Amino acid sequence: MSNDIAILGVGMHPWGKWGRNFTEYGVKAARDALADSGVAWKDIGFVSGAATMRCGYPGYVAGATFAQALGWQGAEVNTSYAACASGSQALAAARSKILSGACDVALVVGADTTPKGFLAPQKGDRPDDPDWVRFRLGITNPTYFALYARRRMEMYGDSQDDFALVKVKNAEHGFENPNARYRKKFSADDVAASNMVADPLRLMDICATSDGGAALVVSSLEYARKIGRVDAVKVAAISTVTPIYASAVIEMPDIATDSAAVVDAHSFRAALPVKAYEEAGISPQDVSVAEVYDLSTALELDWMEDLQLCERGQAAQLVRDGATRVGGRLPINPSGGLACFGEAVPAQAIAQVCELTWQLRGQAGARQVAGAQVGITANQGLFGHGSSVILKR
Amino acid sequence: MSEETNAAAGKKTRQPALEGWFTLNEDQPHLIGNQCASCGTYYFPRAKNFCKNPACDGDQFDDVELSRTGKVWSFTNAEYKPPAPYVAAEPFVPFTIAAVELAKEKMIVLGQVVAGVNPSDLKAGMEMELVLDTLFEDEAAEHITWKWKPIASNDYE
Ligand SMILES: [Zn+2]
Repeated sequence: MSNDIAILGVGMHPWGKWGRNFTEYGVKAARDALADSGVAWKDIGFVSGAATMRCGYPGYVAGATFAQALGWQGAEVNTSYAACASGSQALAAARSKILSGACDVALVVGADTTPKGFLAPQKGDRPDDPDWVRFRLGITNPTYFALYARRRMEMYGDSQDDFALVKVKNAEHGFENPNARYRKKFSADDVAASNMVADPLRLMDICATSDGGAALVVSSLEYARKIGRVDAVKVAAISTVTPIYASAVIEMPDIATDSAAVVDAHSFRAALPVKAYEEAGISPQDVSVAEVYDLSTALELDWMEDLQLCERGQAAQLVRDGATRVGGRLPINPSGGLACFGEAVPAQAIAQVCELTWQLRGQAGARQVAGAQVGITANQGLFGHGSSVILKR
Repeated sequence: MSEETNAAAGKKTRQPALEGWFTLNEDQPHLIGNQCASCGTYYFPRAKNFCKNPACDGDQFDDVELSRTGKVWSFTNAEYKPPAPYVAAEPFVPFTIAAVELAKEKMIVLGQVVAGVNPSDLKAGMEMELVLDTLFEDEAAEHITWKWKPIASNDYE
């Protein structure tokens, strides 16, 4: 039996920085997704929300918050929290409900409002909290991104110019995207002129935090057929696996990796898509387009290799060749990625699925990847959370 | 030296910024980790309750001093002042950070690098040793932490 579900509708509130209530962004995205699907709100049987931790109690119960804002209509609700993977887990909850036969059509919503400035840890002396310890020692989020970037330079000979090319490429993609927060083209010189934050990464290599909202209407294939949508884009796989001990790479907010003295080290980022490919019965060679979590420019290159879209150490060469641009043979982040959006945590994984849906429908306008058949997403966040979703036509 | 004579000599007390994370031997300091009594897995910082090896249900740990030398896995710096609880000197002076791989423990440990060493001075694979150095000072004391320092006779080519 197929484990596929149909994506009937997608919608987004543009990304930005306004500080308004997150519900506003989520409702706008949900209404757009409903309109896109042609499904009436009263027919939704399950509302699956991705939680935001920064917006108080309504954020912790986001599923109910969105359902109430859209007008209580008796649907079941659920809220998922899994850091950057929250949106994928909300989608996975909806898929389980649909595949079990408990519901025909569901709404998945994530939205966030982020504070201005640096994300700082909570106040007070807490030497047992790894997040407190690393800030005490002067180790910030960019430290980790920079360590990964420098590792690429040391191992594969990547350069800061390569990283800048990723930014230039993503800026070009996002320039055409009405939902992107930053819509400005940059040159490699612009990137090189921006301030160094954590050597080798400059301000323009690192993504910001944003407000934004994204939503999906998903259903059983049977329901899609019934309403005449047999051609709907399908979710072929959702992977939200945890890491396998011991971690090979130093992960935020830790001060040290696990010890691999007794058990072998494993890469979490590389494990995430493996399960997705297996579940979908699709191989990396079949992928037409990918949306990956470019928290930094260099991290986009790591993801290309973790998704097995090229050999280890080869990603920078693909960027230099122009292969990862729209029009190239393997476009990465046609939406513009986090470089043009900034991160709106509970909405981001859903936004990746929205972009791939538009790409697979052929509705992505100027940033359209010609003939896109299969798309894959990837993201990774704190405390062993991550996800990879595969869509197919 | 008593605190009084320290004060008389214009010297502040040196105290660990993180209590119990490293030995206070100024010549040969070590990070203090622990090791699962059942499976031998190392931990830094020390494990408290449960062994994280999925094949082990151990809950007893013995303190161990970790290797005080290792090889650079990667490195960076902080060009902007980190937010609190980091305590920065005014004006802020950028500092270098290294991730150093300990061979015996098969573990990578982060730390600041001693002043005067820039990212351009480092390479993956370089030998580093652990030293104690000031993290920050206040009126009462000099708060010390571990830092990584290139081993003088570095021959990493
Ligand atoms: Zn054990």
